[in-house]
Amino acid sequence: MSLELKNVKKKIGAETHIYSTDLKFEKNTINILLGSTLSGKTTLMQIMAGLDKPTSGEIWFNEKNVTGVSVQKRNVSMVYQQFINYPNFTVFENIASPLKIVSISSNEIKNRVGKVAELLKLTDMFNKKPHELSGGQKQRTALARALVKDSGLILLDEPLANLDFKLREELREELPRLFENRDCIVVYATTEPMDALLIGGNTATLHEGKIIQYGKTVDVYNKPKNVISAKVFNDPPINTTKVIKKDKTFSIENNSISWQCQSNLGALADGHYTIGIRPHSITPYKQTENSVQIKGKVLIAELSGSESIIHFQSGNIKWVSLSTGIHPLKVGAEAELHMDVNQFLYFDKNNKLINHV
Amino acid sequence: MSKISLNNLSHSYLDQQNNDQDWALRDIDLEWSNGGAYALLGPSGCGKTTLLNIISGLLRPTKGEVFFDEKKITHLSPVERNIAQIFQFPVIYDTMTVFDNLAFPLRNRGFSEDKIKARVKEIAEMLDLSQTLYNRASGLTADGKQKISLGRGLVRSDVNVIMFDEPLTVIDPHLKWILKSKLKELHQEINRTMIYVTHDQTEALTFADQVVVMHEGQLVQKGTPVELFEKPKHTFVGHFIGSPGMNILSCELINGKANFSGAAIEIENKPISHKTYSKTQIGIRPEFVSFSNTGIAVKVLKVNDAGRHKIIDIECDGGKLKMISSVATTIPSGTAYVKFNSKYTYVYGDDWIVGK
Amino acid sequence: MKKTVNQKAWFFVLPVFVLVAFNAAIPLMTVINYSFQETFGDNVFFWEGTRWFKQILQSDRFHGALGRQFLFTFIILIIQVPLGIAIALSMPKKGMGVSVCLVLMSMPLLIPWNVVGAMWNIFALPEIGFLGHSINALGIDYNYTQQPLAAWFTTILMDVWHWTSLVVLLSYAGLCAIPDAYYQAAKIDGASRWSIFRHIELPKMNKVLTIAILLRFMDSFMIYTEPFVLTGGGPGNTTAFLSIDLVKMALGQFDLGPAAAMSLIYFFIVLLICWVFYNLMMRHEEQS
Repeated sequence: MSLELKNVKKKIGAETHIYSTDLKFEKNTINILLGSTLSGKTTLMQIMAGLDKPTSGEIWFNEKNVTGVSVQKRNVSMVYQQFINYPNFTVFENIASPLKIVSISSNEIKNRVGKVAELLKLTDMFNKKPHELSGGQKQRTALARALVKDSGLILLDEPLANLDFKLREELREELPRLFENRDCIVVYATTEPMDALLIGGNTATLHEGKIIQYGKTVDVYNKPKNVISAKVFNDPPINTTKVIKKDKTFSIENNSISWQCQSNLGALADGHYTIGIRPHSITPYKQTENSVQIKGKVLIAELSGSESIIHFQSGNIKWVSLSTGIHPLKVGAEAELHMDVNQFLYFDKNNKLINHV
Repeated sequence: MSKISLNNLSHSYLDQQNNDQDWALRDIDLEWSNGGAYALLGPSGCGKTTLLNIISGLLRPTKGEVFFDEKKITHLSPVERNIAQIFQFPVIYDTMTVFDNLAFPLRNRGFSEDKIKARVKEIAEMLDLSQTLYNRASGLTADGKQKISLGRGLVRSDVNVIMFDEPLTVIDPHLKWILKSKLKELHQEINRTMIYVTHDQTEALTFADQVVVMHEGQLVQKGTPVELFEKPKHTFVGHFIGSPGMNILSCELINGKANFSGAAIEIENKPISHKTYSKTQIGIRPEFVSFSNTGIAVKVLKVNDAGRHKIIDIECDGGKLKMISSVATTIPSGTAYVKFNSKYTYVYGDDWIVGK
Repeated sequence: MKKTVNQKAWFFVLPVFVLVAFNAAIPLMTVINYSFQETFGDNVFFWEGTRWFKQILQSDRFHGALGRQFLFTFIILIIQVPLGIAIALSMPKKGMGVSVCLVLMSMPLLIPWNVVGAMWNIFALPEIGFLGHSINALGIDYNYTQQPLAAWFTTILMDVWHWTSLVVLLSYAGLCAIPDAYYQAAKIDGASRWSIFRHIELPKMNKVLTIAILLRFMDSFMIYTEPFVLTGGGPGNTTAFLSIDLVKMALGQFDLGPAAAMSLIYFFIVLLICWVFYNLMMRHEEQS
């Protein structure tokens, strides 16, 4: 079982919403589409589902060309951001609704609904109507309805976005468990990098209608193909700045900060490069021996209970640092922070990744 | 700027109250001093928006009083209280330009056009709206519109309190980050009392100097982000704050000592030995659990790479736990041992922290 | 997102299609046929070309009727739209009062139009009608069957009574859709009641009002039954609006050719104004 997009393009009027896309999803994988709003995630998902037709290109499901086949004929389930349930049906009826359309015996329906409801902790809610449920319960009902169909392709379009922070955490943890032993392909669209990291699977980073990178989540995170992929996959946003390499030394443009080349980087040609430094690589304390100091003026210090996010300015660039523990630095104070050189990502003139951590 | 005091505040949306569930707010006593940044944190339905609307004057409480600086203002309208409120979705006057939107509250109060122009320009500068000042307000993006809402509150210099009701709800995630920091920056610049209502702990803890955690209409704990994180007084606070939240597992209290997973555990709080509870639990945050050579025997179930640290699912006789380790830590496979940082390990009796 | 096209749905439209064709399309074609010909009955036709159109467009009688019609519609819109909005603003949004008000407002709309005409016919009679008698008792000489001014006054009053509710109900729906937060923000900003109306309620009721004005324009421009039953177009032809005049010509004088031509001209005037209206609406939407 596989889902393949071949050269799929989508244009609406003169605007291109999706640029030529090639993707292949294998059976039993969770695939995350990560990108900001308007990056094309929903458009792509609707094309995958059959709710929309691509302007050009083909969609193949299970070695069959399904381009243009309407969604009613495909075996697809979809869960939306807004908890979509039939308002006049009880929870039981809602979950059973896809099964009632196909002719299945009512015993079998009870059986399947019961199994899925248990998975989603809804067994006590069978007689309630959607308006009596909390946000989390409504979304669980929608998820149950999507799962009971045993479809080959399950699409989730930012399903956790409208939930409270804590509920989001809880449901996010349950998701991988819901999809195991299920012989299906799951596609999950989100704007939160944390969702991608904690759910795992594979991730495709999207930006302005283009797939920038696709691969195992861990790989896409640790080895972003280019600066854009690195920027999409970071929260807080990654710090980027231009550097100059001369002989064996890198130095930040218009700044006195410099460090020695690590390992194979010495072999690079001298010239201009861009580096990406993740906020957690910059800390008020020394993390490793291989760190370089940066001095700056503190702009804002945001202290949550367990972490400190420090915004500071060095030279004419604004930096963000994320460290564990509480570091109550005063606004306007001169601070000295340490950057872990081992964690730097180097990008060449075309913004492509040179090394990886 | 004002000191805000809430005395014995209770509110119900029903005409008759038969039990606890009928009350949206119960017995709230709170005092906030001048100029601070405060947050009301809690899940949906806990009563935080109700409390905010009572403070702003949009709602009259069923019981109790509200004071601004010793002056009883429970019966005053929002205009008379000199407050500003920013709502969940941007509220702007569609037909006006950004400038006119910001000038509106001042024009209603009869200020001269010169003063208005100067003040509006000042606030627009603070909020990075100077470029779009003469555009139609309806053409801006959601975060631009929220900034206009915020600007209308800031433009009046006599404002006592600025209230935010989940203001980042409709903002794009990558812009949320920018606006969040901007609000903190603003607070430091203008130093006015700000109250921020949210269900998102990151927003609350990074913005506020003092956070009030609410649950089912009641005030559960009030403290600085550090206090709430390091010493939660109620299991709800332990669970709600922190991502992931506190590990809360059953334990036994024997002779004033905690017994968990078959071994005695060092705890920070000293329980009063003669008090009995129907339920005793031990609470330890994932950040304070670490691998060691001896201690509680655990099995490593799953390792989640969260980028900046690792979240590890472990299991012991006492139950399942989560722990956080730095990226560099080597994770033992199979069986391992963990220890709890005793300074941050607490015992809870019937959900409240026991003893001292 | 494009909806998947299902051709079978067209079969559901077929019965309506046939009905409309029978009741509207075919009669319309007949009218077009008549407008270019002269007939005295017996299906004998003589081609006249554009003679009827020229005749109508140049006739004083047509100009008179057209002028009266525009004046009538203008007065109607000027009274009913602000009045409707004002009533909608004073209707309660919550509680028992809502149902009571909605029922009261709906009632005038439910009465058959010729009954409305008949009601006001009697109501305004100078001797036995409550309205007519009361006005005369105040010392004003009032007789709508003989005085053109009184006839206009009564016709307009009848239409306002009959149709303002439509504007009220539409405006009310528009008002109810405004989220509370806007009113709260305005309160906090210290806005006056007039400011709130001008900057929040009116802009937000925009779309609904456009529909209300369009509907009222069309209905009042094509008005027939009520004034016909009330005044019959009199006294003389002072309340003979376009449709009344048209029917007189077609059925009274049996001038089918000119009548058909006038119908078409009438039709095109209405279409033209609606088209202008629609474009103004679209342009306004694009701007915002």
